Amino acid sequence: MSIDLEQFHETFFEESFEGLDIMESGLLELEHGEVDLENINTIFRSAHSIKGGSGTFGFTAVAEFTHDMETLLDQMRNGERQVTVPVVETLLGSVDVLRSMLNAIRDGSEIDVNNVSQMTASIKGILGVEDAASGTPEVEKLSQAAKGWVVHFRPYVDILKTGNDSVRLLRELNSLADQIEVTVDNESLPPLTELEPEECYQSWSIKLIDAEVSEDEIREVFAWVDDECDLKIEAMVEDSRDSAAGSLGEDQSEEKNPEKRSTEKRASKSSTESSSIRVNISKVDELINMVGELVITQSMLSRFGESEDFNDSTIERLKDGLAQLEGHTRELQESVMRIRMMPISFAFQRFPRLVYDLSASFDKKIELVMTGETTELDKTVLEKIGDPLVHLVRNSLDHGIESPAERVKAGKPETGVINLSAYHQGGNIVIQIKDDGAGLNKNKIFTKAKEKGLVTSDERMTDDQIYDLIFRPGFSTADVVSDISGRGVGMDVVRRNIRELGGAVEVKSTPGEGSVFTIRLPLTLAILDGQLVGIGDETYILPVISIIESLQVKSENINAVAGNAEVYRLREEYIPIVRLYQIFDIKPVSTELDSGLLVVVEAEGKKIAIYVDDLLGQQQVVIKSLETNFRKIEGLSGATILGDGTVALIIDIAGLIDLYQKDMASNVVSIKGAAA
Amino acid sequence: MATILAVDDSASMRQMVSFTLKGAGFQVTEAVDGQDALNKAKSQQFDLVITDVNMPVMDGITFIKNLRGEANYKFTPMLMLTTESAADKKSEGKAAGATGWIVKPFNPDQLLNTVKKVLG
Repeated sequence: MSIDLEQFHETFFEESFEGLDIMESGLLELEHGEVDLENINTIFRSAHSIKGGSGTFGFTAVAEFTHDMETLLDQMRNGERQVTVPVVETLLGSVDVLRSMLNAIRDGSEIDVNNVSQMTASIKGILGVEDAASGTPEVEKLSQAAKGWVVHFRPYVDILKTGNDSVRLLRELNSLADQIEVTVDNESLPPLTELEPEECYQSWSIKLIDAEVSEDEIREVFAWVDDECDLKIEAMVEDSRDSAAGSLGEDQSEEKNPEKRSTEKRASKSSTESSSIRVNISKVDELINMVGELVITQSMLSRFGESEDFNDSTIERLKDGLAQLEGHTRELQESVMRIRMMPISFAFQRFPRLVYDLSASFDKKIELVMTGETTELDKTVLEKIGDPLVHLVRNSLDHGIESPAERVKAGKPETGVINLSAYHQGGNIVIQIKDDGAGLNKNKIFTKAKEKGLVTSDERMTDDQIYDLIFRPGFSTADVVSDISGRGVGMDVVRRNIRELGGAVEVKSTPGEGSVFTIRLPLTLAILDGQLVGIGDETYILPVISIIESLQVKSENINAVAGNAEVYRLREEYIPIVRLYQIFDIKPVSTELDSGLLVVVEAEGKKIAIYVDDLLGQQQVVIKSLETNFRKIEGLSGATILGDGTVALIIDIAGLIDLYQKDMASNVVSIKGAAA
Repeated sequence: MATILAVDDSASMRQMVSFTLKGAGFQVTEAVDGQDALNKAKSQQFDLVITDVNMPVMDGITFIKNLRGEANYKFTPMLMLTTESAADKKSEGKAAGATGWIVKPFNPDQLLNTVKKVLG
């Protein structure tokens, strides 16, 4: 029988990467001087599992590499080796090498052999083994074609208590030879009254006649019981020179290496995002349960279809049934969504290491505090949020936290703190990266933005607006491009990536006290709670989550400002009015503000009031991508199909605000042009 | 058909063992660690137990020791999945009551041969 092992590879990779993360965080704890045996054990187990799995699934290079790591860890947990910083650092390095090896295998690319051999050498250096002493077993004993063998097998009385069975051993011996002769020695068999059925009193002499097997093969049969029996194996050759073979089972004949299996197959998937997901069984049970409920409701409803007479009471019950159906559908949807949810710790895991490495290379002292690691979010979002998060944390580390000397001068503790937290708020996931560094430098940002032509010199901006400039394309503040932050990726890419996930990012900063980057993400990319609004004949959808309030316009609160802009005064706050019909160039029912409604929405700390003809109702909508079906359109995040079959476009609030601001800016320019 | 309890904290190994044995017609129950296995073994009688050694919560050797103490499992064959380098684990496991071992890495054929050998 041949089984295609490739079907288990994806699982193996997944659990191996998880194992590497576990090793990494465990090693980092060790690095901090917390030597805890259970922790070392956990690290060891992960290495051990990766080694076992890689060997089994044919990734011999990985298995060999892990072997030395495992040996080192084994010495550590047995107390044979001190846990020192160099040892831990080497192991951390090995984790990286191992990760890149696994990535290479999974993606079908080349393993960096130099890297691997360098790391192997440093581990071996610690272990103090030279390559030569790799313990290759001595050349196999010359085992001539003997005429046969005589095996004297005397099991100890307790052999049955390990689940071993003499009959099985005899059966196996039988399979080695064409012909066997068995003699039973019943001498030590006690009288029946004293006989313990759980004990073994007999011994055997077995002649394997004309058996073309080696002594090792016979020993192999007894490998499991060699400490539970006396075993003597004699060759039946005429000149029985191989008398050494008669010794009692001393040589622990290890099984031979199973022959190397087929070369490591290349995984077909090249992307780093895995296509499978591991789901807690309780989530699946919940789903099945919901489907059961749905079936019951369905059968209840179908009764109405069959019944002939339809009266008020049946209609009442039909309504009940439909309400139940709606409830179940929603619950089912939530259960399905929960299957895709994973704790954010998967994205957070890499940060202790990152911060550790970076603070060393910047000569800064930084403590990373993480909270809310169990907050769950959609797997796709989780996979894509990793890179933006790394960028923001790097940024806080590089630009935010000051050097120990500067901090002391400013009267702060030497060690800076970066807080990474995640929590639910409304229907959103909020991730915050907070540092207690110097805060953003307002003047520097403004000057830079002027240099880059992002703002005009006389523009009056609030602090928050100035801070927000760092997210504009073409903005980078670092005077000296460090190898950490200056990787050609700016904050604009961070914002773009987060927006692609339907999320938003904003920054708040206090000089001398630090900055907070706040990322808001939707729970899922698939479904959205939408507010339907009518403009002329068209229906648009606003995400309910961004709506602050809707109001009827009081004309005395409308102020016109320069450049064709209008603002609405709402409780001492002036909010720009966006006439959606202008932006989308459609014909509204009315252009008079006081005959329509304003919907105040917020994204990334900015508010606008959207002018619409009417509010139509709220419903959950399934988001269909415009990009995959048509092309990306600024200000829209997708489309959906409404209950009546028509298509409605979903407004991307953050995009709309950008669009509006650009519009205003170009108006300003044109007005200026006219004035000049 | 014989029933087998397959214990391993590694999902891929568990899948591989279980898939192989099921393919040969055995009834396989999976467990993720020693404690899980012990609970399952107490609620259902198995003809053979195959367990990994290094596992969280309860390791394979402790599991074997515990299970061997159960009246129903006095003579049930119990195999450890262990690596070549772990000679001391083998004897430790034997002392705890293990019947024998399968050396990792192994392929499905090796696994199946051993299982068939033990179950006769």
